[in-house]
Amino acid sequence: MTVRLSDDDRALLEGRSGDGLALAMRVLLAVADTMGAQELLDITGAHIDGCLYQGPVGLDFVERLAADGAKVRVPTTLNVASLDLMHPELFRGDPAEAAASRRLMQAYENLGCRPTWTCAPYQLAARPGFGEQVAWAESNAIVFANSVLGARTHRYGDFLDVCAALTGRAPAAGLHLLENRRGQIVFDVSALPEALLNSDVVFPALGHVVGSRAGKAVPVLVGLPAASEDQLKALGSAAAAAGAVGMFHAVGITPEAPSLEAALHGGAAEATVAVTSTLIRQARDELTTAPDGPIGAVSVGTPHASLAEMRRVVELLAGRSVSPGIEAYISTGRDVAEQAATAGLDGRLAAAGFTVVTDTCTYITPILRTTGPVMTDSAKWAYYAPANIGVEVVFGSIVEVVESAVAGRVRRDAGLWSD
Amino acid sequence: MAGRAQGEVLVLEEPLSLWGGLDVATGEIIDKHHPQCGAVVTDKIVVMPFARGSSSTANSLAESIHRATGPAAIVLAEADEILVLGAIVAGELYGQWCPVIVADETTRAGLMTGGLAVVDSSGVRGA
Repeated sequence: MTVRLSDDDRALLEGRSGDGLALAMRVLLAVADTMGAQELLDITGAHIDGCLYQGPVGLDFVERLAADGAKVRVPTTLNVASLDLMHPELFRGDPAEAAASRRLMQAYENLGCRPTWTCAPYQLAARPGFGEQVAWAESNAIVFANSVLGARTHRYGDFLDVCAALTGRAPAAGLHLLENRRGQIVFDVSALPEALLNSDVVFPALGHVVGSRAGKAVPVLVGLPAASEDQLKALGSAAAAAGAVGMFHAVGITPEAPSLEAALHGGAAEATVAVTSTLIRQARDELTTAPDGPIGAVSVGTPHASLAEMRRVVELLAGRSVSPGIEAYISTGRDVAEQAATAGLDGRLAAAGFTVVTDTCTYITPILRTTGPVMTDSAKWAYYAPANIGVEVVFGSIVEVVESAVAGRVRRDAGLWSD
Repeated sequence: MAGRAQGEVLVLEEPLSLWGGLDVATGEIIDKHHPQCGAVVTDKIVVMPFARGSSSTANSLAESIHRATGPAAIVLAEADEILVLGAIVAGELYGQWCPVIVADETTRAGLMTGGLAVVDSSGVRGA
């Protein structure tokens, strides 16, 4: 073991704060050693995705950690789980699995984690600031924290997230360190047509292009005119699904990229990719497994919808309803759902035939009844749903998704996809 | 992560994502795009370049070790914290230790599918 320990690290390791914390420290140090870390660093917060039930090991692990009353040392939020606790009737799976999921969720609450149940913790009021060291799990949240907030987290997940939360420590390695945040591969989008550049759909499609080509490297986007947080969320989540991207720079938009030179830390790019509308159309087609035709459902809100995105769906519906027989879902966090209720959006969504899903997401747990094609504006949903829940998928813009929901079949916006 | 293990060698020619690529109930590789699809990792000394895919691979490795369908040891070309994580969690919880080590190219080239090997604190060698 080559990791230098602080006195407090050593005390935890020796079990002076209990067996649970000693176990957390042993696991953390094994990983830190493998990552080549010289030491651990303090974190100010954590986001845990181990609360999604995947089998008995995850449950055994958290119950062992919690056995002697251990609590998290830093404010900790929880990712989506397998159940929608606010709308439990939506779950259509095995009751035994539901019971195990419920027990897992409770175990994390017992550790002192906040029951936020959202994959978009950056939409909560308290979120990390620029330069803050945190330990976040959930690939889309990791990318957002690093890229958009300028906070620093490595790519964490199962088991390690909770060990970091309990000890308040993380390996001083990976994306925690400035030198590993240097942009490596440049993606130039300046040649894309205006209509695409000003659309929402370019962001998830571009994320798919970037993730497929960047692998673990840090990509740098050049030529984006502007981007909202919702658009950057869509870009990052798509890149993290298609590749192993943990952060990106968007020149002139994200905080560590005031210029291309700054994003590259004064060095040279290892490669440059000219993004064409052909590549964007290819991304749409790679994310689509069903031909244009009748659909069985639409699903939006992956990652969890913001209040602005929920409002936009209501506006696009313009008083119309989803076609009879078509299921329509919008997934969001319970905090945003509450804001939407206050704003009167939930009633309008329900009246139009949309079901609001909280605490979980429609591609990780059995909620959908249809086996027919599902249309989505989320590249991440389109990437994972066919394997996870066995549905065909059609990827499109949010305008196309809403129009298709109303029509009951795929409606394309030809002007968007032509050169 | 060290420890001792002995078993038949299974060489994977390409990286494998255990999450989605390994059936933890049977130990069979089910990634249709993988050249060793259909091979069973149970009790094998699995030699591969690195693990592909998400952090859920740690969970899949730990689940397979817990169900006794997992490998006896894993020999990699480069350090992989996700596999180490899965192995240490299974070891800590159930006392079932699966060593995960790094070996250089020459050593790995000497390991052939079907041969026997031993993994211990000094590394991996044919047996």
